This record gives sequence, structure tokens and C-alpha cells, in this order.
Amino acid sequence: MSSVLYDVPGPKARRVSLIGSVIGVIAIGALLFLAVMTLAQQGIFESQRWAIFGQADVWNLIANGIGATLSAAAVAAVIAFPLGLLLCLMRISDVAWIRIPTRIVLEFLRGMPVVLMMLFVLLVFATSSFVAVVAGLVLYNSAIFAEIIRAGIQSLPKGQREAGLAIGLTSFQSRLTIELPQAIRRMLPSLVAQLVVLLKDTSLGYIVAYGELLRAVQVMADFLGPQFLFPVFFVAAAIYIAINLAVSRLAIWIEKRGSKKAAGGMAHAPVAGTAPAK
Amino acid sequence: MDVIIESLPQYWDGFLRTLFLAVVSGIIALVFGTLLAAARVSPIAALRGFSMAYVEIVRNTPLTIAFFFAAVVLPRLGVTFEQFEVAAIIALSAYTSAFIAEAVRSGVNSVPVGQAEAARSIGMKFSQVLSLIILPQALRTVIPPLINILIALVKNSSVAGAFYVLELFGYGKQLANDHGDAVMWVLVGVAFFYLLITVPLGYLANVVERKVAIAR
Repeated sequence: MSSVLYDVPGPKARRVSLIGSVIGVIAIGALLFLAVMTLAQQGIFESQRWAIFGQADVWNLIANGIGATLSAAAVAAVIAFPLGLLLCLMRISDVAWIRIPTRIVLEFLRGMPVVLMMLFVLLVFATSSFVAVVAGLVLYNSAIFAEIIRAGIQSLPKGQREAGLAIGLTSFQSRLTIELPQAIRRMLPSLVAQLVVLLKDTSLGYIVAYGELLRAVQVMADFLGPQFLFPVFFVAAAIYIAINLAVSRLAIWIEKRGSKKAAGGMAHAPVAGTAPAK
Repeated sequence: MDVIIESLPQYWDGFLRTLFLAVVSGIIALVFGTLLAAARVSPIAALRGFSMAYVEIVRNTPLTIAFFFAAVVLPRLGVTFEQFEVAAIIALSAYTSAFIAEAVRSGVNSVPVGQAEAARSIGMKFSQVLSLIILPQALRTVIPPLINILIALVKNSSVAGAFYVLELFGYGKQLANDHGDAVMWVLVGVAFFYLLITVPLGYLANVVERKVAIAR
């Protein structure tokens, strides 16, 4: 698309954009340099501040933090997905007294900050912080999963359901055996993207005193001294971002693979219509 | 229940501060995010690269880390704020602008190619094509996703409550400490005030979405 927005650059335009690029790089570089200089003035780059990463204990604490982060995310994802499926089926049920209360519950869950749900579970049910984190993540993400899958079912051609009903399946059987498998497949990129959100949201555990990565950073900074806050924070943030980037890449890869298959294998449904719904 | 009515002044104060955080960071993020999206499609390679790197990194950074950086790490590095609201606004708008940039960019991609070609063929420059032809149409189609991002922003502002800002969630924590016997009602009150913002916004997004769908 970008190339449509401007003419193929001629010699003059290329020169202008090259000059622009150089100025841009210098400006961004200058900002970075300024930041690094400020940090250096604080003595951030003194080697003894980074020497702590030579100690096994520090890495142990970081590994514990990562383990806590990943286990909360994994448990939450494993519970939230089936629950999301169930909520989705209830949300599109033919029975009004199931459909309407589910709709209200979903609306309620989606409109609420995740951290508030965590705090609620932690204080009201007096659970451990791990349970609170997982419960908060499950409540919120199952609602989102339900909405994503519902969007997938609605994006299917009407004929799928009609054909299912025509061969004598009940409404529920048609949903379960005909529509859901296609909807989940179609929405796989959005579902994996939501997993990244779930993984990111485990960092909210910091607020309810769950010992995840960020809490480990805080603990180390308190224990070793404030001068180590920046190095430890920097490393922890880099790890967090690297994990999330990896999962995001996975989502993009699945999307590409899916659209290739769709282009080759499915005759119906334009690929353009499968844009992931929020 | 009584505790909600008793603490209405605190709730109201927190509600206003949540709104303030969301509105100010929302405006900053909208402007900055649109600029980032424009940079992403610009002919200048350095701007494209910067925008891409920024969006990719920030979208994969947990918000809590952004807050931790703005409210805990920055002050240790000598950047102090008189009010923690400033740190919260920096974190929220830096975070949200990456999502807005992605949404606007997908809107730019949804504008039919012929629009840009027509604009170029009557002699418009890149800046004119983008600001007069593409962006007005793109912004129209991205209004529903933008509203969804703003809803997420309202909810995300709750993280500020854990970093020394007394907004709805911050007051919620404080009130829960003061009224140990009625924690549930305290938090239900907080939830109610959040829903007061997010549910109407969600409804608005649905209405706009239907209107846009018909127009196209």
C-alpha cells in the first residue's frame, strides 16, 4: 500500500528522502545518545552494577520470576479457552433465558479492568495471589475468547448452519460439529494474539503481590540496593518483551499459513472477510 | 452497601481522576499514534523504521513494565515528577499510541487503491495525498476499533492506582483497607464506576460500526 501513496521516487525525490533519512537517523541517534549519557552520569554503566549478573542467585531469582509468569499464563489459558467456548455457545444459544444473562455477564466482564478482578478475588475470597492472578485472567480472557469465537461463527457463510440443520442435526449439534471447528480455525490468529495479551497481563500480578518477573525485580532491588534497580529492570523487561515478541511472531506465522491454505483450499468465503475482529 | 454511599465523595474524586487520565492520555495517544501511522507509510526510510520498531516493541511490552519504568525507575535516574499523574500519563499514552498507530495503519490499508492513485494523478504530493484524501477516509473506518482502544485505555488506567495515583482503583484499594468488613461492596462500587464509562463507550462503538458498515 505504501508505494501507492507516492510516486516512484526520481533522482531528486530519492536525494530528498535520503537526506530526510540521514537527518532522521541523526535525530533519533542524538536522543538515544542523550539518554545513554544521562544514564552514564548516574553511573549506570559502571561494571560492578552489571557484575551481579555473574551471580547464580540473581539468575535463579529471574528464572523463578519467569517460571511464575509463564505458569500463571499457562494455567489461565488452559482454563480460559474451554470456558470461553462454553460462554460462546451460551451467548448464541437459541434459548433466551440462557442467551440474555450470558450476554450481560460477558458485557460486565469485558468492561472491567483485569487488575480489579484480581484484587476482588484476592480480598473477597482470601485466596493466594496465584489463584487471584489466574482467576482474574480466566474471567477476563474467557469473555474475550467467547467474543472472538462468536465473531468467527458469525463470519461463516449462512449455508453451513442451514446445511447442518437440513441433514437433521439439532441446533446444538450443528454448532458443535459444523460451525465451531471452522470458526476456531478462522479465528486462530486472533486467539493467539489474545494469548499475547494474556501473557502481558500476568504482569498485573505485580499489583496483587504475586511473585512474577517484575516482583522479582523489585525484590532484588530492595535486597541488593537501589543502584541495581536499573540493570535488573532492564534485563527483566528485555526478557518479557522477547517472550511476547516470540508469541506474536507465532500469531503472524499462523495467520500467513492460514491465509495460504484458505487461498488454496477453500472455494467459499473471500479471504478479505476474515480480518480478525477485535 | 452503606459503605458505597458513605464513600461517594472518594468514588467521585477517583472517577474524575480516571476520566482525566483517560482523556488526556487518549488525546496525546491519538495525535502521536496518527503521526506514527503516517511515518509508517512515508517515503522516508528512517521514519518507517522508527515507527515499525516503536510499535513492535511497545505492543509487546506489558503495561505494568511501562508504569514501573515511568513511576519507579525514572525517578531513580533523576527524572522526578511533582505529581505521579504525569508518570501515569506518559506510560499510558506511550503504550496506547502504539495500538492506535496499528489501527490507523490498517485503516489506511483499507482505503481503495484508486483513491491514492487518483489523488496522485491530479498532482498531489505525499503529504497532501495522506492528509486530504487517505486519512479522512481511513479515520472513518477505524472509529470503531479506536473506540475499543479507548475503552482499553480506560481500563488500563487502573494500573496507575498501583503506582501512587489515587484514581478509581487507587481509592478502591485504600477503601478496601479501611473497610475490612465490606471489601466486596467497596470493589463492587469501583466496578460500577468503571462500567459507567466502558459500557456506554462499547455501545457507541457498536452503533458507529453499524453506521459505517452501511455507508460502505
